[in-house]
Amino acid sequence: MSALVQLIDVSKRYEDALALHSTNLAIERAKTTVLIGPSGCGKSTLLRLIIGLITPDSGTIAFDGSQITPANIDTLRRRIGYVIQEGSLFPHLTARANVLLMARYLGKSGEEMRTRLLELCELTRFSGNLLSRYPIELSGGQRQRVSLMRALMLSPELLLLDEPLGALDPLVRASLQKELKEIFARLRQTTLFVTHDLAEAAYFGDEIVLMNEGRIVQQGSLADLREKPANDFVCEFINSQRALLFT
Amino acid sequence: MKSLRQWPGSAGILPAVRGMLPRTFLRTRFVQVIRYRHSALSQSRPARCRTLRAACSRSPVVCAALILFPFVSFASDNPVTIGSKKFTESYVLGEIAKRTLNDAGIPAEHRQGMGGTIILWQALRGRQIDAYPEYTGTIAQEILKTDRKLSLNEIREALVKFDVGATEPLGFNNTYALVMRRSEAERLGLHTISDLRNHPELKIGLTHEFLDRQDGWQPLRARYALPQQNVIGIDHALGYAALKNASIDVKDAYSTDAKIAEYDLVTLEDNLQFFPRYEAVFLYRLSLPASTVTTLRKLEGTLDETRMIRLNAEAERTRNYTRAANLYFQGGTGSTTAAGESFWHKLTRWTLRHLELAGFSLLLAVIVGIPLGIIASRGGPTGHSILGFASVVQTIPSLALLALLVPLPFFGISVRTAIAALFLYGLLPIVRNTASGLQDIPRALRESAIALGLSPMTRLWKIYIPMASRSILAGIKTSAVINIGTATLAALIGAGGLGEPILSGLNLNDHVTILQGAIPAALLALLVQWGFDLTDRVLIPKGLRL
Repeated sequence: MSALVQLIDVSKRYEDALALHSTNLAIERAKTTVLIGPSGCGKSTLLRLIIGLITPDSGTIAFDGSQITPANIDTLRRRIGYVIQEGSLFPHLTARANVLLMARYLGKSGEEMRTRLLELCELTRFSGNLLSRYPIELSGGQRQRVSLMRALMLSPELLLLDEPLGALDPLVRASLQKELKEIFARLRQTTLFVTHDLAEAAYFGDEIVLMNEGRIVQQGSLADLREKPANDFVCEFINSQRALLFT
Repeated sequence: MKSLRQWPGSAGILPAVRGMLPRTFLRTRFVQVIRYRHSALSQSRPARCRTLRAACSRSPVVCAALILFPFVSFASDNPVTIGSKKFTESYVLGEIAKRTLNDAGIPAEHRQGMGGTIILWQALRGRQIDAYPEYTGTIAQEILKTDRKLSLNEIREALVKFDVGATEPLGFNNTYALVMRRSEAERLGLHTISDLRNHPELKIGLTHEFLDRQDGWQPLRARYALPQQNVIGIDHALGYAALKNASIDVKDAYSTDAKIAEYDLVTLEDNLQFFPRYEAVFLYRLSLPASTVTTLRKLEGTLDETRMIRLNAEAERTRNYTRAANLYFQGGTGSTTAAGESFWHKLTRWTLRHLELAGFSLLLAVIVGIPLGIIASRGGPTGHSILGFASVVQTIPSLALLALLVPLPFFGISVRTAIAALFLYGLLPIVRNTASGLQDIPRALRESAIALGLSPMTRLWKIYIPMASRSILAGIKTSAVINIGTATLAALIGAGGLGEPILSGLNLNDHVTILQGAIPAALLALLVQWGFDLTDRVLIPKGLRL
């Protein structure tokens, strides 16, 4: 089966700097692909290009075989879930309203929405009686569970996660990592996960894509990266993170 | 409808506009029309046909107006509108004219204290008023702009080309005069204006109009070679208070001014005959019906100086122009005294008008300001121009903005002008707060809304506007409070409201009357503030208030 998302010769320049050099990348179905690299390496740019928050200067991005254009982007967005680090919940809406926002906009039936909401609460282990709370009344971990429910509400084919656990304290983070991995496995969810943490990348990633200065440096499993580093940067990146992990 | 008479082509849009205009603004105009229609319908059928046929044969325009706009009245159905300037004598003369016309069975209304000479003259030419009391000296100098002393006939000839006529003098000469405290004048031995030459230390306080007039301070100083440097501009009524407490020593006055006796002042003799004669006459539009003009001319020669001073004194003593005007009629026809309006009734009238001015202008500012704020929030040249324009409007002093709008064709001396000025003032806080409220929404939230796949309109209505609601409402609240305060100035152009007692109180130097307008206006502002605090709880989503 072909890749769900296919980037061909995609590049992006911000006013003064090239954020992404001409890049090719395929995101395989039912797998978790992890984008990793230091800050400013272009990993978030890549994610934002796929969801259409920015448009590429050159190259094409295809989703499920069709090229992403301004005309079809809104339809495609409904087939993609997007979760960012924090602050993505609308503060004036309750947790329930945040999760149901898009479904209501599309006019789904009440029954359908209720069933799906129950499923999601069960899936993300979110207590149903917290649904009527506003984001400010929820803890950081609870907020990210709601964000995830909102992203999964329409059963998207692709889930984009931009450092979804980055702002959480270590204990919550560890337990959510475990839950997320179970969820992805259970849903056979195609996921593109951005992180700068190698351990997290190794934990989630079927495929790890290491980026630096707007380019993909190496792509493969953690073992590939460790044993057959493409260049000095790969060694350095892996060693620096290992030093943090094991000393 | 005056606007209709000015622009017959606008008939088609009037029904639409009518829906947008405040209630009482229309009431006065439309009541008459409805009466006309009512009387036409209550006639028997042939009679009704005759009325319509007669109307149609009178003029094809009338006929067209009847078809296009059934609520149009005939010009002759409008009451005669008398204007007056912002000082006691003019108020009283206006009241006398109104009463005289009413007694003769001609409907008339009096728009009190509309402003200075130029505003009244423009209102007359612009058909916003039909007649007003004026002085021959002022006509020559200020209206006809000549330095020559014109006879009344010369004045009449000159006015014809403006389609304006003048009555014969009413009987008194209210010339300008310089006045001083009697004690001070006696101490220094001053009798004539020439005597002022030897006392350069005297402080002079003059009305702004006198300072600028062609027959005012500059030529007077030149003629008499006066040395005084210390000259300030001060409101007429306040000037008397300043004279009394010796803040100033000399001021300008009208020779029939009741205050001259009240404050024990003396008039300095105009020994070089500098001031022209200021015979009071009524100026009227030549297109007025002959019966109206004839009635107005009955006033000619009926008011000598003593009588005028007495009426002025009565007006200032009782704070009631209608009662003073009634003195004129007493002993004559013996007609009934017009019932004075009770304070609570007046207060209600002022407050309702005030709310109407502030409320309607606020509504317009919200309807226009929020979309402008949304556009401005996107930045770019358009956004910057919108914010720039709104800021510039805000920097124009409110009085100046009113004065700038008055000469424009659609506006003139009217409620419309007041609402337009208040609307412009209310715009900036709403535009700016809407724009900044939208700009302050974090980028992450904006992008989340986009990434979900919501359409731009849904994003705006369901996400951005609710999130900016606190800021937008704060802007509306600011506008409302500003408008309540600024609406007091509407009285300057005869639009009424709580500024009316403030203005006449200022004119009469009567603090109680000023407070009758100032206190309710302040309470109203507090009430509005409080009301908006309540609406905040309804309109700002709960999640933003926690």
